[in-house]
Amino acid sequence: MSRASSRRGRRDRALRVVLPVIVLALGLAIWEAVVRAWHIPPYVLPDPVLVWRTLIADWALLGQSLLVTLTTTVEGFLLAAVGGVGLAVLFNQSRVVEYSLYPYAVILQVTPVIAIAPLLLVYLQQPTAVLVCAWIVAFFPVLANTTLGLNSVDRNLADLFALYGASRLEVLWNLKLPSALPYILAGLRIAGGLSLVGAVAAEIAAGSAGAGSGLAFRITESGYRLNIPRMFAALILLSVTGIVIFYALALVNYLALRRWHESALQGER
Amino acid sequence: MPASSAPAPRSSSALVALRGVAKTFPNGTQALAGLDFEVRQGEFVSLVGPSGCGKSTALRIIAGLSEPTEGVVEWAERAEKAERRSRIGFVFQEPTLMPWANVRDNVRLPLKFAAARGADAAARVEAALERVGLKAFARAYPRELSGGMRMRVSIARALVTQPELLLMDEPFAALDEITRFALNDDLLQMWQTLRTTVVFVTHSVFESVYLSNRIAVMSPRPGRIVTELASDVPYPRGRDFRTSVEYAGLCRRASEALGRAMAGGGQ
Repeated sequence: MSRASSRRGRRDRALRVVLPVIVLALGLAIWEAVVRAWHIPPYVLPDPVLVWRTLIADWALLGQSLLVTLTTTVEGFLLAAVGGVGLAVLFNQSRVVEYSLYPYAVILQVTPVIAIAPLLLVYLQQPTAVLVCAWIVAFFPVLANTTLGLNSVDRNLADLFALYGASRLEVLWNLKLPSALPYILAGLRIAGGLSLVGAVAAEIAAGSAGAGSGLAFRITESGYRLNIPRMFAALILLSVTGIVIFYALALVNYLALRRWHESALQGER
Repeated sequence: MPASSAPAPRSSSALVALRGVAKTFPNGTQALAGLDFEVRQGEFVSLVGPSGCGKSTALRIIAGLSEPTEGVVEWAERAEKAERRSRIGFVFQEPTLMPWANVRDNVRLPLKFAAARGADAAARVEAALERVGLKAFARAYPRELSGGMRMRVSIARALVTQPELLLMDEPFAALDEITRFALNDDLLQMWQTLRTTVVFVTHSVFESVYLSNRIAVMSPRPGRIVTELASDVPYPRGRDFRTSVEYAGLCRRASEALGRAMAGGGQ
């Protein structure tokens, strides 16, 4: 409302950016200082500068691995989004399908993916197996959230649609899916992070070398070779990937809901 | 159409009538029992009763949103269910708007579906918005509006199909008094212009006397009509009516009728 409070708001936003950066700088400085002070060898703990240099030097290798992991993650995520929403809609339209399949969706979810991965690697090509793992982990939150959203329709609105003779498909498209949108987006935000987890878990389980090796494989490989600086570099790339996915989905969420949903409200009314 | 104060006999001008209607929900709650209620062409009739007496259930049965367990709903004209629905407008206690759609799209909703699909949808939406004074807010989203404005959108949506029967379920109960009085006046004006029939459910005796030309008083659950009162002061009714002796007298009579209904089922 007032100028003072908007100034406070701006300062608050600035702090949200500045404070984590200060913490990061502080952490890196301490890390560097500790490594130098105790003369820790790079094969135990490389200092941040060396990690950065390794990242640059090995970029050809790491960049390619990043691309592999990123592709798997994005594909797994998209399949999870389509599969999760699609299955939830199917469940919502047909009770028979829901009762028949839901328990198996749960089983797929509760069985740790790292335990399924070796089996999948027996039957599937490695890239396919990794993709399936990413999908398995990511799709359930989308399914569960979409199901919840589709069932959270305002009853009076549903009555209104009935009164005006809307068909099942019209109700689904004009009422249920828009009502479920905030839930679907929340599910997708979880799925984005999880598809990366699934891809990494499967890559580690796969463990074989080759041109199509992702970042997680590089980490395992570097571990065997005691190339700790590269291990850190690959880890940083994975982290950054996760952060980018998280904020990209948060942005999509905000853009889709800012006009109407409480969760995207900002400031005073 | 001046109404008599006695329960009306079967009249040829009835638009719809509930005859011996009972409703028992699957959980065993009996909401209505032996309900006889006639809605006459062009009138503004209020259903007044204690909370939980089945007023809303009666309204939903008229709308076809709920089926009676006993008794029948008789319409003056035979019509297909779909066709009849196109002639009903419904306003809930909550504005019940789609939060993801702007005001214009919310008002257009009924014209999208089978019951009232029409070619001149855009023009009808604009006319409905004009009628409730929200033309300037066509692109606003529900959460950007006040409670009273949201209810206006809800009314515009109900009227966009030009229904011959408007069913209103305590539409103004959640609003402050100033807003409620303003909407009362607007509603009466629209009713007179559009010549639609209104069934208005309320728990407020004062509101029912101000608005309607007939008041049906219901007993506590299981609900039925125990008394009917005429409120045959001519329209337009304005602020003067609210403070008149006539109004006070009618309110007293209606309150007494409600009191009797609550005490002994109206016997």
